[in-house]
Amino acid sequence: MNPLRFVLVALACVFAEPAAAHAFLDHALPAVGSTVHASPHDVRLWFTEQLEPAFSHVRVLDASGKEVDAGDSHVDPSDAAILTVTLSTLSPGTYKVVWRVVSVDTHVTEGDFTFDVKP
Amino acid sequence: MSFIGATSVALCIGMPSFAGAHGFAGKRFFPATLATDDPFVADELSLPTISYQKMPGSGDEPASRETDFSIDVAKRITENFGIELGATYKHIRPDSGDTVNGFDNLEAGFKYKFYEDDAREAIASAGVDWDIGGTGARRVGAESFSTITPAVFFGKGFGDLPADAKFLRPIAITGQLGIGIPTRASTRTISDDGEVDVERNPHTLEWGFSLQYSLPYLQSFVKDVGLKAPFNRMIPVVEFAMSTALDRGASGTTGTINPGIIWAGQDIQLAMEAVIPVNRRSGNSVGVLAQLHFFLDDLFPQTIGRPLIR
Repeated sequence: MNPLRFVLVALACVFAEPAAAHAFLDHALPAVGSTVHASPHDVRLWFTEQLEPAFSHVRVLDASGKEVDAGDSHVDPSDAAILTVTLSTLSPGTYKVVWRVVSVDTHVTEGDFTFDVKP
Repeated sequence: MSFIGATSVALCIGMPSFAGAHGFAGKRFFPATLATDDPFVADELSLPTISYQKMPGSGDEPASRETDFSIDVAKRITENFGIELGATYKHIRPDSGDTVNGFDNLEAGFKYKFYEDDAREAIASAGVDWDIGGTGARRVGAESFSTITPAVFFGKGFGDLPADAKFLRPIAITGQLGIGIPTRASTRTISDDGEVDVERNPHTLEWGFSLQYSLPYLQSFVKDVGLKAPFNRMIPVVEFAMSTALDRGASGTTGTINPGIIWAGQDIQLAMEAVIPVNRRSGNSVGVLAQLHFFLDDLFPQTIGRPLIR
């Protein structure tokens, strides 16, 4: 193979590589830092990238640090950019959502936020 | 997913060595800064960085308008150790006389990240930059001697502030402090008429920092205030890039203050800053600095965007 052809093939291989990126939280329900006036059924997080289901999790904690979700954190089978967990009935208070996800290119991102439940 | 399925995914994507992240300390994303070096070891490419500034005249030298085109690339050797290379092409248009063009000296360096505290969004690294004397064109001011600058770098996000100050949590600071060591104490030049001029080359304190307010951090971790694209990925920033002469008959500080906006996308970053001289010696008009930056670890996660040694 002549050098020019080698370089062209190498460039083609490199740029044919599927790009992916860190999964940033795009938005959530309940929204980040929001106040809701009834116990939400679940917490749903929308990310900017598709997630690896086996390594992406979300938990919801009350003010004392006790977990108040149903432990069924999962990536939405119809949209791998959505992470969901079901909640038990929440009494008024401040709740912390803690997530750690792995995007499909193996990059890890993590974060947390709070929301309030008021009567 | 079944155990076998999860294990298969883990094997395919290289568990347990998940990919490291450019510019992250915990949940904090620090953008690549333009005028000062950030503390991260990363796979990244700045192409191009363009700056424009009107430079004041001094002595027989007329005032000039200078436009620089730079390329900088950084490559991780290991997760915490990386090398950097840079080149700058200068276009100088004096108020009187001919326009000159040419490359400035090449720059090379390395950096080692020795501290990271994810909970406190803190990071520190140390490195050495080598301005390689004699590799650039004398006509654009490239020095014939090298300057070696050992430096420390740091970054700190304020996400650990109490809830009462939650709207200050998106603030972060990065900075650098180094000593510029010229390899030659003085430079002797002989003019066309045989006059000998000796210019002394002082050691310099190279220091700078950036103040940032991350709108992505505000949106994702503090309060969703309803920002939409492109504003939800913007990071207002002010950079301070300074140099203070320490010895050999020289004194004083030169530098610029650069307010601007960085937009950090998934794979690339766009940035633009004003360049405001801090004093007359640093310039006499406002310039501009702009950059297109590529996150190679996101663009090419399986090839050139990963450490050579894992």
